[in-house]
Amino acid sequence: MKLSDCTALIRSKNAGPFSLTYDIMFSDEATYQHVKRSGVITSEAMAEKIGCDVNDIKFFVCDNALAFKFTIPRLLPAGDPADADLHGGQQFAPLMDIEVPELSK
Amino acid sequence: MRKFSRQSRLSVVSCPHNEAAELALTESVKFVCSSGAVGSGIHLPAFRAAMERQPDFVASDAGTIDAGPYHLGVGKGAYATEALRHDLEILLTEVPKGTPVLVGSADTAGGDPHVDRTLDIIKDIVSQHGLKRRIAVIRSELDPAMLQNAYDDGRVVALDHAPALDRDGIGRSTRIVGMMGVEPLQEALQEDVDFILAGRCSDSALFAALPIMRGIPEGLAWHAGKIVECGTLTCETYGKGAMFGELFADHGIITPVGEGLRCTPQSVASHSLYENGDPYLHRESSGTLDITDAQFEQHDPVSVRISGARYIPADRPSIKLEGVEFAGYQSMLMGGIRDPFIIRQFDKWLAEVKDDVRQRAARLLGDVLSPKDWRIDTHAYGHNAVMGAREPSHAHPPHEIGLAFCLSAPTQELANKLAELSRQPLLHHPIPEWSGSITGFACLFNQAHVERGPYWRFSMHHVLLPTPDETVFRREILTLG
Repeated sequence: MKLSDCTALIRSKNAGPFSLTYDIMFSDEATYQHVKRSGVITSEAMAEKIGCDVNDIKFFVCDNALAFKFTIPRLLPAGDPADADLHGGQQFAPLMDIEVPELSK
Repeated sequence: MRKFSRQSRLSVVSCPHNEAAELALTESVKFVCSSGAVGSGIHLPAFRAAMERQPDFVASDAGTIDAGPYHLGVGKGAYATEALRHDLEILLTEVPKGTPVLVGSADTAGGDPHVDRTLDIIKDIVSQHGLKRRIAVIRSELDPAMLQNAYDDGRVVALDHAPALDRDGIGRSTRIVGMMGVEPLQEALQEDVDFILAGRCSDSALFAALPIMRGIPEGLAWHAGKIVECGTLTCETYGKGAMFGELFADHGIITPVGEGLRCTPQSVASHSLYENGDPYLHRESSGTLDITDAQFEQHDPVSVRISGARYIPADRPSIKLEGVEFAGYQSMLMGGIRDPFIIRQFDKWLAEVKDDVRQRAARLLGDVLSPKDWRIDTHAYGHNAVMGAREPSHAHPPHEIGLAFCLSAPTQELANKLAELSRQPLLHHPIPEWSGSITGFACLFNQAHVERGPYWRFSMHHVLLPTPDETVFRREILTLG
């Protein structure tokens, strides 16, 4: 099962002009806990998936929001002539394909 | 009931509160958020339904740094005048006199021209409807000379990932705004005004200012503001409507008003992630909102009960600075490439085209344009344009590539000249597979280039540590009508 098959929303967005933040959110507790237990969403795994230094990641497990979150530096400031995503909204796609073990029935 | 739990906790700080004010709190404080942004469109039926709940105040922010450096630089916001007027007219005519309306981050960026443009629209509406309003205008544009002095004193401090900044960089900034917290709003509210128009302002502060004055604990007031400031984005599914909040001594109720809208503990908790680098700690001018131990419960089918947020006062205020520096003018060509021979050697082809443009520029414009004063930026759609160096997918070569070829120079005239020099290489740069003259670029426009106009870059991501006697925000009270 892919991560995008079991999430409510995977998104990216600016957190200020110099940081990008990613949210992986679930709509039910059982799936969230399953993915959390599976251990596929970690600081190290996200760094590798996004292509950034693991030391640059701030990683959060948000039980209350049924969500994982991490924040990284932007490659370029928002609005730079070489930046192609002013709002940082289309940077999450590589996370969609992360393989999650099937939920046991 | 769900509680945030964080793996590494801060040391616990007791919830600060004003005991005298809390003792005086006998009633709840009610408010309406008219929409996520002034100019984005107030949904009138929902707004009227929310107003029937007789709020103590109405608030909405009107801006965001997320719109990029352009609006702060150019001095004009992202919304059409008609859209601003539509929303301001509702705020001025549908809210009874005596119920304060707070609007912050005027016209997207909150600089003086943004405040002025909004104020002109307000004056026009007040006059047209024969209203009488006392309006506080709080400006947040900062004097670069004052900031240079603060810099010399070591009172301009970089935030994470801030660009390099020095004294000259402050002087070069086109416009700098400071983000106000609750204090300037509270001072204005004490002047018995009907409407506050603020420059750059913390979104949450617009909702926290009055409840804190009435004795609501700061953590709860800020938390409620944080939840509602984006309007119905905090609902399970975003839709047309307004947000209503009611705050008591130890909890608050957040209610969406609009057909089909619903808040759940998960939707409200999740909203604290949105656009924030840290889901738990939200830094404000006077302190930090800590929602590590916040609690969210379903109160009724659509409302959520919140409690448990803390506010940790800062040792001294820090005012976030947003500054932009003029970067030049742009002109761009846009077009497509469909030839598979070009596509299979795209990076090499593009590098050669750019090199050809650079050589032509050196030959023809070398006396007026040194290489360090202009630049080419390309965005090749279909070929890692959106994610750039972080694009992991290279499995399937695209069958066509859209190319934005952008030239930046100190004047529009020079940017246009560079674009004109770029057209021939883009069209006709040869590849080994074909003999004879090729045309390898499908121009989207005629004329081939588009003037992009001026552009700016963020020059600051810093805070100012003001001295107690330093005037940062400037307030005036106007009596209109």
